[in-house]
Amino acid sequence: MDMNVILSYIPLYRDALLLTLRIGWQGVFWALVIGLGCTLIRQLHIPVLQGVVTVYVELLRNTPLLVQLFFLYFALPKIGVRISAEVCGSLGLGLLGGAYMAETFRSGLDNIAPVQEESALSLGMSRFQTFRYVIFPQAAASSMPGIVANVVFLLKETSVFSVISLMDLMFTAKDLIGMYAKTIECLTLLVVFYLIMLLPVSLLGTVLERRLRYAEFGN
Amino acid sequence: MENEVLRIEHLHKVFEGSVVLKDLSLTVRRGEVIVVIGPSGCGKSTLLRCINALEDIQGGQILLDGQPVRRDARDITKMRQKIGMVFQSYDLFPHKTILQNITLAPEKVQKRPRAEAEEEAMELLERVGLADRRDDYPRQLSGGQKQRVAIVRALCMHPEILLLDEITAALDPEMVHEVLEVVLSLARSGSTMLIVTHEMAFARAIADRVLFLDDGEIVEESSDPKAFFSKPQTLRAQAFLKTFDYE
Repeated sequence: MDMNVILSYIPLYRDALLLTLRIGWQGVFWALVIGLGCTLIRQLHIPVLQGVVTVYVELLRNTPLLVQLFFLYFALPKIGVRISAEVCGSLGLGLLGGAYMAETFRSGLDNIAPVQEESALSLGMSRFQTFRYVIFPQAAASSMPGIVANVVFLLKETSVFSVISLMDLMFTAKDLIGMYAKTIECLTLLVVFYLIMLLPVSLLGTVLERRLRYAEFGN
Repeated sequence: MENEVLRIEHLHKVFEGSVVLKDLSLTVRRGEVIVVIGPSGCGKSTLLRCINALEDIQGGQILLDGQPVRRDARDITKMRQKIGMVFQSYDLFPHKTILQNITLAPEKVQKRPRAEAEEEAMELLERVGLADRRDDYPRQLSGGQKQRVAIVRALCMHPEILLLDEITAALDPEMVHEVLEVVLSLARSGSTMLIVTHEMAFARAIADRVLFLDDGEIVEESSDPKAFFSKPQTLRAQAFLKTFDYE
């Protein structure tokens, strides 16, 4: 392995990392927003939207992100909707992640015994207070492992962005290998930079899970 | 009647096509302790849940202090504050400490100052012998201790009536006593209670009135619990009480 090559590539990887992070976290943000929206629709049993949520979740969870991105990037312009590669990336990631988050939140809510809601109501709490003080903190805690897994999964999925010409980590590595054939150096750097991006997330997740462990012990 | 707290008139409850409570009427006076017994599935838990509007009802009405309790009414949270309820199990909030469990509703629902709510919570915890557990989480307590906290949590809202739904049914036998002791002392201090239980000796000791419920209706009612438990009048009550006999 040639250290000089590695050192000279680092700035390129750093730029790619920043781009990947930017789009990745935008995607995660939208995933959380969409996931919460879907959860709310399901919890409140809103008639038509509930059906839409089911179709959306199943459609997105059962097709590859690659195909979804192709749709956004290559098919939408054919019907006159043109969006930039970056928006396309974060939107695609957000839509996919929203479906996963919705399922994770749902299982978190399912974990809470119905009597929790009932005892809150019987103390005179409103539906909103019950959700705010009793249901949500517990659901968030028991969903935390799933949420962290989803975030890591989504950030890794950014590696398919290269197909829509976003200069993310994967694109940069492939590009450099294509030009200079320093395969080992490029791939090693790629692994290292993915770890730089994802290890802190996993660690943070572990800390959060430990702090919120009470939820797992039940009552 | 002036000292009447709860009046149930012709309560009718249907669940998934089957009738759970049939034309049930009942009046509870202030300071009265009523014990409801009956075979499982007879509707006794459902009765308590209807009173607290945790269930829809299909007919009749429930009046607390002369005001109707209705699930879809705007004042339902106000009405529920006057009705304390303790469930069989798992009703403490696992993410809150014992003290927080008790003060959450007084603070957020009744908007009482925290210091005042905590002071009362501590007094009540003292009474049930759990003052030293104020900062523990529910998982650190035994089943019996948790149920005592659940009772305190309900009391701290100053309810007009307390509904106890088989609160010792999920406990290990050696913990039943400590919980029932607390309920007995509440009865002595004049709390109005509607108690569903399978502890017959306890029912006999605490009840001002016993209701025997079977198949969704009051089959037998007695203001003399001692007489009821030794000589029930109806065949169905006799058959039911026999199942507790091992002599």
